Amino acid sequence: MIELIGTYWRAFLYSDGYGSSGLVITLWLLAVSLGLGFVLAVPLAVARASRRRWLSAPVSLYTYVFRGTPLYVQLLLFYTGIYSLQAVHDHVWLDRFFRDAMNCTLLAFVLNECAYATEIFTGAIKATPAGEIEAAQAYGMSRYTLYARIILPSALRRTLPAYSNEVILMLHATTLAFTATVPDIMKVTRDVNAATYASFQAYGIAALLYAAIAFTLIWGFRRLEARWLAHLAPRAH
Amino acid sequence: MLFHGYGPLLWAGTLQTLGLAMLSLAAALVLGLAGAAAKLSPNRALAGLGACYTTLIRAVPDLVLMLLLFYGMQMVLNDATELLGVDQIEIDPFSAGVVTLGFIYGAYLTETFRGAFLAVPRGQLEAGQAFGMSAWRVFHRILFPQMMRFALPGIGNNWQVLVKATALVSIIGLSDVVKASQDAGRSSLDYFFFTLVAAAIYLAITTLSHVLLQRLEKRYSAGVRTLAS
Repeated sequence: MIELIGTYWRAFLYSDGYGSSGLVITLWLLAVSLGLGFVLAVPLAVARASRRRWLSAPVSLYTYVFRGTPLYVQLLLFYTGIYSLQAVHDHVWLDRFFRDAMNCTLLAFVLNECAYATEIFTGAIKATPAGEIEAAQAYGMSRYTLYARIILPSALRRTLPAYSNEVILMLHATTLAFTATVPDIMKVTRDVNAATYASFQAYGIAALLYAAIAFTLIWGFRRLEARWLAHLAPRAH
Repeated sequence: MLFHGYGPLLWAGTLQTLGLAMLSLAAALVLGLAGAAAKLSPNRALAGLGACYTTLIRAVPDLVLMLLLFYGMQMVLNDATELLGVDQIEIDPFSAGVVTLGFIYGAYLTETFRGAFLAVPRGQLEAGQAFGMSAWRVFHRILFPQMMRFALPGIGNNWQVLVKATALVSIIGLSDVVKASQDAGRSSLDYFFFTLVAAAIYLAITTLSHVLLQRLEKRYSAGVRTLAS
């Protein structure tokens, strides 16, 4: 195992000699899926929690489809499925976008992550105490101010425990990227396995790397919870 | 023809997926009950072992574990058979899938069962003992039926995630519905259509499961009043 690390640590961490690989790519996949997923999920969750059906129905159809099918199938659809359509080849911009494996992977990851985040945020928005909303309305707040000052800050804090779980699951999901030839930790692991036949050691290193990322994330979320959810902690006597 | 003649292939794949999911769930339920018993046990060593199991599984991605077990176990087996001088035993993707998925979701179910056991009021167990019931009778008359009510939503969620996780097993070569759809796509040059069909099959399974789980939850919640909303 030590020899393996000595030979391949660069590929596992940041570069395989041709370009970025390993940990850097995994973290990039994770950051983009979480970042874009979050930005899209907040407005979608507001729409999903809306009482107007023409706003909430399309969003719930979207989350239903993306949460009801495996991410691997979604990735296959975006990576091989769409690019096999003639219409995509004929269109210059679509062709350029879908030819790149990284684009397809990120598209599938972002759409999937966004669907789960939307459901988590919707639950929290709906659970906002009615009294807080009435108080805000009594103060004459507009709908925008109501969401920006009262509902979203409180709802997003309350989602932290569920959202941190989702972040760990997204980290686990990034392991699928290698099936679309993206050189993440898994791709490096498989290359090392093919080159050395030391399966147990190669996958063992990958497992340790992923566990290290997961524990760091969990530690970070614990600190955030201690700070932002202090008002929900049981009272100390 | 609707599926260009690939209907039977897709159907066989669907059955393979369902079989894998159900067997994995059965393995996970057994491991989950054992894990919960270990974590709640007064024996420090057992409790520690249970804690290690759940922490480790939740930190390492399912795909990494699956490949680690699939390739790693094969090598251990090869060494063992060579040492004993018998023929090589090949691990087939189906058993590797059941073992890994059962092992992984067993850890998630451990947490579900642990929470559910703790949610049953202790006074009821003591009342059972006071009536002179044996430990087994307290378990299967009082603890288990009530525990199931608390555990069902968690089991249901895990089942839905597990069904989707079976798609990963096609990566190690199981001819499940994903592999069938990709084979059909390769020969008919219509990847888009057949991948959509695979997605639709998964959607049908998860939707049907959702309906059945809701019925089951209603059944186990008999006798619990809910506020009319």
